[in-house]
Parts: sequence; structure tokens; C-alpha cells
Amino acid sequence: MSQPVSIHTQNACVDFPIFDAKSRSLKKAFLGKAGGSIGRNDSDVVVVEALRDITMTLKEGDRIGLVGHNGAGKSTLLRLLSGIYEPTRGSASIRGRVAPVFDLGVGMDPEISGYENIIIRGLFLGQTRKQMLAKMDEIAEFTELGEYLSMPLRTYSTGMRVRVAMGVVTSIDPEILLLDEGIGAVDAEFMKKARIRLQKLVERSGILVFASHSNEFLAQLCNSAMWIDHGQIRMQGDIEDVVRAYEGDDAAEHVRHVIKEMERENTP
Amino acid sequence: MSASAIESETPDAPAPVSDSQTFRRAFKDLRDGLNQRELWLSLGWQDIKQRYRRSVIGPFWITIATGVQAAAMGLLYSALLNIPLKEFLPYVTVGLIVWNLISASILEGSEVFIANEGLIKQLPSALSVHVYRLVWRQVLFFAHNFAIYIVLLFAFSIWQNMSWTALAAIPAFVLIVANTLWVSIVFGIFSTRYRDIAPILGSLTLLLFVLTPIMWTTQALKDQGGQAMERVRLAELNPLYHYLEIIRAPLIGADQQAYHWYIVIAFTVVGWAVAILALRKYRARVPYWV
Repeated sequence: MSQPVSIHTQNACVDFPIFDAKSRSLKKAFLGKAGGSIGRNDSDVVVVEALRDITMTLKEGDRIGLVGHNGAGKSTLLRLLSGIYEPTRGSASIRGRVAPVFDLGVGMDPEISGYENIIIRGLFLGQTRKQMLAKMDEIAEFTELGEYLSMPLRTYSTGMRVRVAMGVVTSIDPEILLLDEGIGAVDAEFMKKARIRLQKLVERSGILVFASHSNEFLAQLCNSAMWIDHGQIRMQGDIEDVVRAYEGDDAAEHVRHVIKEMERENTP
Repeated sequence: MSASAIESETPDAPAPVSDSQTFRRAFKDLRDGLNQRELWLSLGWQDIKQRYRRSVIGPFWITIATGVQAAAMGLLYSALLNIPLKEFLPYVTVGLIVWNLISASILEGSEVFIANEGLIKQLPSALSVHVYRLVWRQVLFFAHNFAIYIVLLFAFSIWQNMSWTALAAIPAFVLIVANTLWVSIVFGIFSTRYRDIAPILGSLTLLLFVLTPIMWTTQALKDQGGQAMERVRLAELNPLYHYLEIIRAPLIGADQQAYHWYIVIAFTVVGWAVAILALRKYRARVPYWV
């Protein structure tokens, strides 16, 4: 890699045009009321300002957790950082190979076998067929699905699909890892195994941005936090401080507890 | 330690300018898409295999369907237009398989980004990947249909009146594929923004199918003389006539004139210019629009 892995955004805004909204009536109903978060652009189209004035610089080694209410803009921010949404105003420059883990099901074809899905899914994440074939044994072992991997994916249960998706996602070597929550639907035993692999993946990757409602997970994977509120960065800093401001003392106490426990585990 | 992880930009640094709407990014998109060929090559194959999963003869249903259509139309129209079947059947068959490629690039091209909404919103990849996948799938369809032509080539001994000029079909095919690419990019982008375009194109292609000499020949019009002669000039106004002519004539061993090529080349250049401009201006908007 000639250039160091980094993400830099400067006053980046993400505005969604809503073409099927009746612009006139909405303009009257919402302008001024919701703090300008729904407005209209110069061509009289209703726009929703999902993110406003996001300025951040991330570099190698940053592990940052996003907290915020539903609809605050966490997922949109992850999509901005992945380059899917290029800012409508301001700028964003992303250096490095991005691996977004938003929806575990996307790019999975129910009609083809588990093996083929592993390869296709890997190709989507920027791997080559050769690289995926080399990792196949390891992934197959991790999923514990055995012979079942040669069956079409439509015969799998939800939990089995998550196993396949997790197996692929945690096998790659991303420079920038963007994780969105919603990694569930697997049994506790498997989750423990997945967590270890996930932690290793995070260690391998240059930058991590993680959106989650689980403070415990946040404390385990991240070293700083950012609070997103109404599409803006409300606060950034220590996980404990951010969680205290966002959820109160009890939650912060819990975070402190988890971090202490992790330190105890790491120092034998 | 954590507060330093996210530093705000020093105030005196110049604000970086967004490069979303530059030619560099438009070409980068096309290039990145090509580099991901392993992905779209397998996805295109997958699309074809998918459609015929669990059927015994699989993708050869494509060949059979087109074959039946060509045979039926050839038999009927050769009688209606009073042209020997031996001449007319190869004409209709080649016309039909090329038409299938062209119409699919217009119809599916206008849906290319809408149909891939999930992928576009979840995975950061070049937009052109979806276009390449579509065109590759259509090329595979074309290859399956081409088998009918090979059969006719020997069944009707067309090869006897063919010469080296038949090789002109190869650059003609390359030109047509180059056109399907820009058509998918341009129609894909604009019909994602304006959802009325796809249905309009739907009825327009149906109209063009009738107006393009596929089931009829311009020669038949000329032979009638008088008023019908005038109509030939109208047929020339249809650009798709020229696209068909550059590939059909070499394949059935007919004579062809150079002006068809000039028209197609001109359309290719203009079309790509529009496609590059559309990519420059609207490439970054597509994820917002889908």
C-alpha cells in the first residue's frame, strides 16, 4: 500500500431527494418545525437532510463506535464512509479497501449452493476467486455446516445463513471495516466463536467504524465513540464519556465494568 | 487517547473540493468495473443458469424459443411477401437474434440500476459493474441464439455464397456490444431518476420492432415501386435499421453499403460521449435515486 489508510470528510452532507412527496404541502408543514431537516432544494424537490456538516478524520488504528437513536443517521454515516453515498455538499475522501458489513443477506443467491455463495459473496467484498478458494476450508470449518454447504442456500435456516455470511465476512482482510449492528439470530455457542473471529478481524483491519446499540460490544471492539444525533456529530471522545452523555451514569458504569474486565482478561 | 483519535481539521488547511463530478471519476468507474470482471463474469453466468435451474436442457431453451419464433415468422412472412423461404428464413433469424440483443439492452438497460438497488445501497462498487453484468448476460444469450444461425448456415448452404466479407460481422458485433454498453448507462441513469422512461421505452421498442426491417425487407418495398419507394427513405431514418444491416448482411452473404457503417460509428461516438457526460454528472447521484 503506497498510501496510508485514512478517511477524511469535510462538512459532508447527505441529502435525500424525495421525488414522490408533494413538495408544496410538505414545505408548508415541515419547514421551521423540524429544524430544517426536511426542506426543499432549488428545483422544488423535497429533501431529507440525513447528515449535516460531518467533519471527521480517521487514520490507521482508529476503532470508533457510533451511538445514537434510530434514524439519527448512523447507517447513513457508514454508507458515506464506505463511498456508497458521495456527499451532496462538502467532500469525503476514502483511502483504502472498504469492507462494509451492513446487511448479511445482500449478494446471497438462494438458488446456488453454500460454497458458490461463499465465493460470490467474497467477490462482492473485493476478494478474488483464488483467494476465496484458498480460504474455503477455513470458512467451511467455521460455519460447522459440513456437507450441507453443497446444498442450495434456500434450504438453509436463517441461523445457518448468518453462519455462512459471518464466515465469509470474517475471513477477509479489509483496510477499512464498517460494521452495522444486527448480527444476531445465531445460537449462543456460535456467537462466542463468531465474537472471537470478529475481534481478530477488527485487529487485522486498519480502521473500524461500528454502529451498535450494545454498549458491551462497543466497549469490547472500539477505543473511542461518537454520538450521532439528528444527522450531526453531537459528541466524540471516550466511550465512557459519550455513553454517559447519551444514556446516563448506569450505562457508563457498565462500560467501565466491561473495559476493566477485558483488561483483566488480557493481563494474565 | 481516544479524543485524539478524531481530530477536527486544522482551520487553516484549504477545504478539499469534492471530486464526485469529474471526468476522472467517470473513467475510474468504468475502469474499476472492468477490474471486477471476475465478479460480473460469474454473476452473468449465474443469471443464465438461474433461469433454467432444474430444467433438463437448461439454457438451450433460449435457443429453442428463438428458433421456434424465427421459424414461425419465416414461414408466414415468406409467403406473405412472396420471398423464397431459403432466402427469407436466414434473414429473419439473424434479424431476430440481433434484435433480441438490441431490445434487451434498451429494456433491461433502463432497469439496470433499479433492479440492483439492494447491491448499490449495500456495497460500494463501481456502477459499471451492473452494466457489464447485464451486457455480458446478453452476449451469452446471443451466443446461445447464434447456434440457430450455425444450423441454418449448413441446412440452407448459405456458406456457399459467403466470402471473406462475412468476417465484417465480427467488428459489427463489437460495435453493437459497444452500443449496448452506452445505451444501458444512459438509459439506466435517466430512468432511475425519471421512472416514466422505462415504460415509455417499453412501448417504443415494440413500435421499433415493427418499424425495423426484421420481418420485412426494404427490397420488398422497393419492388412495389411508386409510393412504397418513399417509405424506404423513412425506414432509413430508423437508426436500428443500420445497426441490423451492418451485421446481417455479412452473415447472410448479402451485399452491403459502407454508409450503414458510418452511421453506426457516428451513433457509437455520440452515444459514448453522452454516456461519459451522464456518468460525470449523475454517477454519484444514482445511489440516492434508486
